[in-house]
Amino acid sequence: MSLVSLDQVHKYYGENHVLKGVDLKVEAGEVVSIIGRSGSGKSTLLRCMNGLEEYQKGAVIVDNQSVENDDYKLRLLSRSVGMVFQNFNLFPHMTVGENVMLATKLVMKKSSADSEILAKELLEKVGLADKFSAYPGNLSGGQQQRVAIARSLAMSPKVLLCDEITSALDPELVGEVLKVLEKLKQEGMTLILVTHEMNFARDVGDRVVFMNQGRVWETGQSDEVFSNPQTEELQSFLAAVR
Amino acid sequence: MSYQLDFSGLVPYLPQFAAGLWTTIELTVISTLGGLLLGTLCAQGRISKDAWLRRSCSCYIEIIRNTPFIVQLFFIFFGLPALGIKLSAWQAGMLAMIINLGAYSAEIIRAGIDAAPKGQWEAGQTLGLTRRQVFWHIILLPAYQRVYPALVSQCIIVMLGSAVVSQISVEELTFSANFVQSRSFLSFESYMVAALVYLLLAILMRQTFALIKRFAFKNPSL
Amino acid sequence: MVQFTDWDILKNLLLAARWTILLSLLAFAGGGLFGLILTLLRSMRSKIITRIIQTYVEIFQGIPLLMQLFLTFFGLSLIGIEVDAWSAAVISLTLFSSAFFHDIWRGCIEALPKGQWEACRTLGLTYLQTMRYVIVPQAMRMSIAPTVGFSVQIVKGTALASVIGFVELTKAGTMINNAVFQPFKVFAMVAVLYFLICFPLSVLARHLEKKNHVAR
Ligand SMILES: Nc1ncnc2c1ncn2[C@@H]1O[C@H](COP(=O)(O)OP(=O)(O)OP(=O)(O)O)[C@@H](O)[C@H]1O
Ligand SMILES: [Mg+2]
Repeated sequence: MSLVSLDQVHKYYGENHVLKGVDLKVEAGEVVSIIGRSGSGKSTLLRCMNGLEEYQKGAVIVDNQSVENDDYKLRLLSRSVGMVFQNFNLFPHMTVGENVMLATKLVMKKSSADSEILAKELLEKVGLADKFSAYPGNLSGGQQQRVAIARSLAMSPKVLLCDEITSALDPELVGEVLKVLEKLKQEGMTLILVTHEMNFARDVGDRVVFMNQGRVWETGQSDEVFSNPQTEELQSFLAAVR
Repeated sequence: MSYQLDFSGLVPYLPQFAAGLWTTIELTVISTLGGLLLGTLCAQGRISKDAWLRRSCSCYIEIIRNTPFIVQLFFIFFGLPALGIKLSAWQAGMLAMIINLGAYSAEIIRAGIDAAPKGQWEAGQTLGLTRRQVFWHIILLPAYQRVYPALVSQCIIVMLGSAVVSQISVEELTFSANFVQSRSFLSFESYMVAALVYLLLAILMRQTFALIKRFAFKNPSL
Repeated sequence: MVQFTDWDILKNLLLAARWTILLSLLAFAGGGLFGLILTLLRSMRSKIITRIIQTYVEIFQGIPLLMQLFLTFFGLSLIGIEVDAWSAAVISLTLFSSAFFHDIWRGCIEALPKGQWEACRTLGLTYLQTMRYVIVPQAMRMSIAPTVGFSVQIVKGTALASVIGFVELTKAGTMINNAVFQPFKVFAMVAVLYFLICFPLSVLARHLEKKNHVAR
């Protein structure tokens, strides 16, 4: 069974039919990039995978758990699915270390000592070992985003969802975040990224999903999709973003 | 203890309530218009180049904001005649309300002005407008729009504050309730009726302002 | 007729100002406590409780404080509880401030970005954990300035207790004026005393607010 599996998912915001029957399977260890025009439903799709949004029809199954609107089940799911946001959503009143350790203590019920060891390890991994006691407000955007990644990793998720995590960053800070993602890929982490970084999607991503009008319009291996787009919509989209 | 509320006993006094309500509405409408005008002028004074004007505007604002309305009212009604300024109760009440709203709204409007992007002033001045013209034609309307909810709340607070002018015998709604309860001995009932009317007035004001908003601000919200 | 020197007037006003301050402190404490309970109740996210609290707030914000004082004063005696002006003032100022405090604090909680809630959900925190560790600490910091700011409203609100006969600063002013017939001087002094209590609080509130803005 695939790690993430969506079957004919429909989502409405009131009258607005945003997802119109999405099918998608992601295997463990895969890096999948989701691209598409603004408003095509990329964020919504991602947020249906961890229960931040409800869907009205179809099925979403992640790590053998059905994603339903049930607080308890969603809490269990949070151990399998991590999420990194466009604007970081760090807790500004806590230090970097406290941000990373919050859930390990409260949700995983690890001891303070164990949490601290883990947090330091993860911060080391994202290149911020020296920022353990700093406050998020004193970090650059790129650093904050790397803390957010470390915070998600602390739950040792099986899949990490990233929604345009470099869009709020100054161009010169994008690289340091993408480098962390590349490292995660090498370690075998499953990544699902909504992204505008076409170069990254092509070079690092295994597979590309092109969303259009609430549907998976075209999908395939990264290099093929970029070098040989099949549909007219994808061709014009790629022409526009290049 | 069982006491039956008796609202029917108030029916003969409906004309008193109606007259009081009318005065309250009168006070509210005039003081809202006057107060907002005063507040706008004062907000303009607060950003004037003239330091003396700036300082006197902020003095006025601070004094009013940091003393109770009822004291302001007593000062105007009882104190000012000592300076030869004699006002009827109605005039004193009205003046107190205008001065009160003026100070609060000045502070609110100024926050709206402060939030105007600097480019708006610069753009206006490069078009050859004077500072005053930029203020009245470019800055002011969006400033109102920015702080509209706070302004509305403040106007409602001043309307509710008008209850206090009953204390200098202006015959408004609270005065009527006082009068009726002293005649009918239905004190709780009288005040309940008055309270309910105030509540309705507050709701009505909110809706009126919402309506005004639709006509006044045609551009999408900032 | 007794002769009052200016110093006599001031002394009597100062003595009465103690009651203004005490009444303000009681209303602040009582209103704060009750407002806190309302805020906690509301955070249970029950539709009925929320609706009830909303109505409570709308009523207390939509009726003149003076009317609330009258209603407490006469309403309580109606159900057989004889209250003096003092208790009526404390009770109604407490209820009045609780509605405003609740409104302020709820506003602070709701002003936090939605992302904070979402981050907590994706980390698997329960609702109570989210409140306890993430929302409340931040909301508390934000709420200090408007809370201090509202205390000024409470001090000014206590002046209305004079109307139901409680002798605080304003009532003392009217009584003294009735004896000395120097309204300009007496009410100016009353105003100055209120100003001396309220202005520092206003300045503090503004200072805290600025600090908040810089911090973010
Ligand atoms: N909370 C919401 N309430 C109502 N409609 C929404 C909401 N969130 C998104 N939508 C609508 O759903 C559609 C898809 O939005 P979504 O955010 O998924 O697009 P997107 O592909 O992520 O776009 P972008 O590239 O701009 O982030 C849009 O038409 C949007 O207006
Ligand atoms: Mg999006």
